[in-house]
Amino acid sequence: MAMKKSTGERIGITVLAWLVAFIIFFPILWTILTSFKSELDAISMPPKFLFFNWTLENYTEVQHRSNYLHYAWNSILLSIGANIVGLIFAIPAAWSMAFAPGKRTKDLLMWMLSTKMMPAVGVLVPLYLLFKNLGLLDSLFGIGLVLMLINLPLLIWMLYTYFKEIPNDILEAARMDGASLINEIVYVLTPMAVPGIASTMLLAIILSWNEAFWTLNLATSNAAPLTAFIASYSAPEGYFWAKLSAASTLAIAPILILGWFSQKQLVRGLTFGAVK
Amino acid sequence: MGSIQLKSVRKEFGPVNVINGVDLSIENGEFAVFVGPSGCGKSTLLRLIAGLEDVTSGQVLIDAKDMTNVGPSQRGLAMVFQSYALYPHMSVRGNIAFALKMAGQSADAIDQKVRKAAATLNLTDYLDRKPRQLSGGQRQRVAIGRAIVREPKAFLFDEPLSNLDAALRVQMRVEIGELHEALKTTMIYVTHDQVEAMTMADKIVVLDRGSVAQVGSPLELYNKPNGLFVAGFIGSPTMNLIKGAPAAKRGAETIGIRPEHADVSTTAGEWPAKVRLAEHLGSDTFVHAEADGIGPLTLRLEGEAPLTPAQTIYVTPREAHLHRFDKDGRRID
Repeated sequence: MAMKKSTGERIGITVLAWLVAFIIFFPILWTILTSFKSELDAISMPPKFLFFNWTLENYTEVQHRSNYLHYAWNSILLSIGANIVGLIFAIPAAWSMAFAPGKRTKDLLMWMLSTKMMPAVGVLVPLYLLFKNLGLLDSLFGIGLVLMLINLPLLIWMLYTYFKEIPNDILEAARMDGASLINEIVYVLTPMAVPGIASTMLLAIILSWNEAFWTLNLATSNAAPLTAFIASYSAPEGYFWAKLSAASTLAIAPILILGWFSQKQLVRGLTFGAVK
Repeated sequence: MGSIQLKSVRKEFGPVNVINGVDLSIENGEFAVFVGPSGCGKSTLLRLIAGLEDVTSGQVLIDAKDMTNVGPSQRGLAMVFQSYALYPHMSVRGNIAFALKMAGQSADAIDQKVRKAAATLNLTDYLDRKPRQLSGGQRQRVAIGRAIVREPKAFLFDEPLSNLDAALRVQMRVEIGELHEALKTTMIYVTHDQVEAMTMADKIVVLDRGSVAQVGSPLELYNKPNGLFVAGFIGSPTMNLIKGAPAAKRGAETIGIRPEHADVSTTAGEWPAKVRLAEHLGSDTFVHAEADGIGPLTLRLEGEAPLTPAQTIYVTPREAHLHRFDKDGRRID
C-alpha cells in the first residue's frame, strides 16, 4: 500500500524539486539573460539578473559577423543524417542480438559500451592524420561518419533493449506466414518498434547536436556546425560574454525547443525497460 | 495432402534432452492432439514440426518429403499461437492478408480470400479494426483466419484456447472441431487439458518427459492405458490407483479403477470408507472418501447422492473395468 504523504511533506518535496530544477536550468537561463545585456552589464559586479538595459545588439552583431544559418544547417544535416545512417546499421545489429543471440553476444554488447568509456582525446591524433590523408577534414561526410560511429553503440544498445520487449512469437508468426528476414524486419519489427526507434533517434540527435570535441578538431568552416560557431566567439582578446551568450542561445535554441516538445518520448527512451 | 512423419526426432537444449527419439505418424486429414503435463515437450515437438526449432537428430517428413532442413515458411504449414501473435500495427484485414502479400498474390486475389475467410469466421464486420479493439475470442478467430487463407497442408495449434474463459473455450472447441470437419485438413493440436484432447482428437499422443507414452484414439487411451502415467493423466477426475493388498489379491503391483466404475453402498461392499467431501454438480455427485488401508478414493455417482461428510460407505470396484499394472508401472493384460 502506498504511503500517504502529509500536505507539508508534499509541499516540501515540490519546493525541493523546483529548487533542484532551477539549479540545473540556471546556467542556461543565465546564458539567455546575458545575451540580452551589453558587454558592460555582462561583466558587472554585482551581477545583474533581471534589471538591466535589455538589448538586441548582440544578436545583430552575431548575425552580421558570421552566417548563423550555414552553421545551423550543418548541425541539422550532421545530427539527423549521421543518425539515420547509424539506424540502418543499428536495426539489423540489434535484431541479431535480440532474436538470434550467440555465445558472445553479451560480450559484444559490453565491448561496444566500453568504447564509450575511452577518452576521445586518446584517438584524436591518429584519426586526425587519417582524415588528413583521406581528404576528409572539414567535410560533412567525414564529420558525419565520426558522429555516426560514436553514437552507434548507443543506438544498438537502446534498440536491443526495445527489441527484447517485442514478443518473439509475433516474429515467428511472420516467419510462418512466409516472411523473409528482410520482410520480417521491414513489415513487422520496425513498425512495432517505431516508438522505441523515435526515442532512440531523438536522444542520438541531441547528443550529435551537442558534440563539440570532434567537430572542433575536425572541422573549420565548410562542415563546421553550431559548436564551432560558439567557439569562434572566444577571441584572443578575451571572452565577449554577451556576444558569446547570444551565439550560445542561438545554438541551443533549436534543440531546446525540440527537447521541450518531445520530453515524453525522451523520458520513455531513457527509462524504457527500467520499470515494468 | 498433409501427412506428417517424425523419425527418431531428438532435441537437446545444451545438456538438456527435451525430446528423446520420437517416432510418430499422422495421417492426412487426421486431428492429432499432443497432450501431457507442463514441460513434457509437446510445444517443442510442435515447433520442430513447424520448423521454428532445429532438430538435434532425426527427420521430419511432410507428405513423405524430408523437410528437416527446410525453413518454416517453406513447409506449407500454418500455426495458431497460444498468444495469438497478431500483428498489433495491422488491421484484421492486414493480419489475414499478410501471408498472401508475402506470397506475392495480386490485390484482387488477396481481397477475395480475406473476405471469404472473414465470412467463415464471422469477422466481416471487424476487418478494419486493430487487434487491441477485439475481444479474446475475436482475436483467436483472426489467428485462425490468418492460418486458413494460406490453405496449408496442416494446421498447428499451440494451446490456442488457454487464454480464454471457460465458456468461450467450450464454444471455440466446437468451432475448431467444425472447422476440421469442413476443411478436412490435418490438424495438430497441443494442449495440457485432457478434456480438450478427449473431445477433439481422432488420435491422442500422450507425452511424458520428452517421450511418447502412448498413441491411440481417445477411447483406447481411456479404456486401455498402457501404463500408470497415461492411466493417471487421462480422465477427469483421475483414475484411483491402489497398491497393497487389494492389488496383490488381483495379481498386480497397482490396480486402477475410474471414479465411475465403482459401486457405492451405505450397507455393504469390499472397501469400507469414510466420506470426506461430496461435491454436488446436479448431473453427478463427486465423492471424495478415505478408504481403510487403501487411502483416498474419488467416486462419481450419477445424479444427486445424499451423502454427507464422515458418513460410512462401502466401495466395490467393477472387475470388468479394473486396470492392473506391474511393478514397472506397465499394464498387465
